[in-house]
Amino acid sequence: MNAIQVSGVTVELDRVRVLHAVSCAVSSGGWLALIGPNGAGKTTLLRAVAGLLPHRGTIRVDQTDLGALRGRGRARLIAYLPQVPVLPPDLTVGEYVLLGRTPHLGYLSAPGRADRRKAAEASEWLDVARFAGRRLGSLSGGERQRVRLARALAQEPRVLLLDEPTSDLDIGHQQQVLELIDDLRHRRGVTVVSTLHDLTQASQYAGHLVLLAAGRVEAAGLPAAVLTEDLISRVYAARVTVTTDPAGHPVVTPRREPPAT
Amino acid sequence: MTSTRGRRLRPVWAYGVAVAFLVAATLVSALVGAADLNPVATLAALADRIPFVHLPSSLDSLDRAVLFEIRLPRITVAIMVGGLLSVAGAGYQGVFRNPLVDSGMLGASAGAGLGATLAIVYLGSAGPSAVPVAAFAGSLAGVAIAYLSGAVGGSGTTTLLLAGVAVGLFLTAVQTYVLQRSTQDLQQVYSWLLGSLSGATWQQAGEIAPYAAVSVAIVLLHGRQLDVLSVGDEEARALGTHPGRVRLIVVAACALAAASAVAVSGLIGFVGIVVPHVVRRLAGPSYRLVLPLSLLTGAGFLVLADTLARTVVSPAELPIGVVTALVGSPVFVWILRSTAAVRT
Repeated sequence: MNAIQVSGVTVELDRVRVLHAVSCAVSSGGWLALIGPNGAGKTTLLRAVAGLLPHRGTIRVDQTDLGALRGRGRARLIAYLPQVPVLPPDLTVGEYVLLGRTPHLGYLSAPGRADRRKAAEASEWLDVARFAGRRLGSLSGGERQRVRLARALAQEPRVLLLDEPTSDLDIGHQQQVLELIDDLRHRRGVTVVSTLHDLTQASQYAGHLVLLAAGRVEAAGLPAAVLTEDLISRVYAARVTVTTDPAGHPVVTPRREPPAT
Repeated sequence: MTSTRGRRLRPVWAYGVAVAFLVAATLVSALVGAADLNPVATLAALADRIPFVHLPSSLDSLDRAVLFEIRLPRITVAIMVGGLLSVAGAGYQGVFRNPLVDSGMLGASAGAGLGATLAIVYLGSAGPSAVPVAAFAGSLAGVAIAYLSGAVGGSGTTTLLLAGVAVGLFLTAVQTYVLQRSTQDLQQVYSWLLGSLSGATWQQAGEIAPYAAVSVAIVLLHGRQLDVLSVGDEEARALGTHPGRVRLIVVAACALAAASAVAVSGLIGFVGIVVPHVVRRLAGPSYRLVLPLSLLTGAGFLVLADTLARTVVSPAELPIGVVTALVGSPVFVWILRSTAAVRT
């Protein structure tokens, strides 16, 4: 069963059409990676699914039409982490993770003991509980991503929308964060939709890729079907070689032509 | 630097310190002044007013009148004004995610100044009694104009702040023009602009009490919503809240709080910036703590400032706005410098 079903979603920003009737779907507990060149509409699609942009077409999460949900109802199903977060530097990690309980609280009510427990569990899960008292401003890039994921997990969403979760991280921390996301997916049954710049990582972690170009779906399917030299060189205007890693995932390597002499 | 900034008072201690500060400021202010009241007798007379406590006091009827009809109403008004300005400042800072915003911004001070000036200049003998109402209405009108001009199509907080600056400059220009045409009122207008609690009465306190109670209650209830806003509009919306709606409600409540204060005190600057900053340093940035602690600390701060204003050059008085600025400016510079040190 599809956890997310996007059907004919069209978005206009400042009267420019950014997405043209985009449709895609991902099954419950799956990982869908949105790939494509800069300006293809990846972030716009994520924001539309998060309910942050007016759009035409329908988006369903677990058969529920998001158009019928108000803010809090939607936020109980979907957690969204933008690429560049606003992290108040003096807020502590504990306070920040507790903000994830917001969709479960009434307008004027304060978080209760159950909310604190859920926030603490999420912090334990992502191994940030040990520095719950630290200020956000003092965290490293890798710690910051874990803390943000903990906040998203405290939200208890069915779907996790991640915009470039590995940007600003070194390769080791990129893999660490991607493994954590994969773990959430497997052990908590969360469905993940993320944008990813690194095509090899997309093929290694996401079971399903959607290649966007100029606001349209150019290709969709298993990594091996989408990550072909033809398609990538055409859509990205890039020179690449596609090989296969020992686990069978396509590996996309940039290639430099020898300079003409 | 980082470690000291990270160290905070536990909430219970922070409340304890704030309450103790307010009580101490109140007692000092009740005991100090032109009329030399006997401290023991004064404390006894005060304690006698606490329900179920009966203490004989040697204060004579004149001293009692000084205490209960002059000092206490003035302290009460100072508590209300200080609390209102600080809560409004903290609320605005949360709404705009900007620590430099004050309770007088968004055209509030300029509107109040224009209202008071118009009342003094054009209403003649009825002027002085109309000043509070005119300042109250002018302050609210200033914020309303700024909000309506700045809140176009869900634009960001910067637009709103800039609209506030523009409206403030415009209203101040009108006020300056009116004043320049009737220089005989200069003295009266300026003494109002600089702020004073010298005319404080129980009646004044009673008049602003309903507005104060409603506005403070609304702002305090929105502490958690302001915490959510601190992660930015985009993520606040993704968490299921409505930043625009929260902003409108809190701005309206802060405007009402600031207008109530301005009506009885004139323009008093710096309280709305300095107090929430000090509170943040002690208790951290969560508005669920910053708002109530600013209320208590601001009240105590203004009681002390007013005590200085009426005693330093006694029997004359300093304008309280001058006292808060004299204390506030150095504190503010210190805050800026230490914040800059952390950022670099």
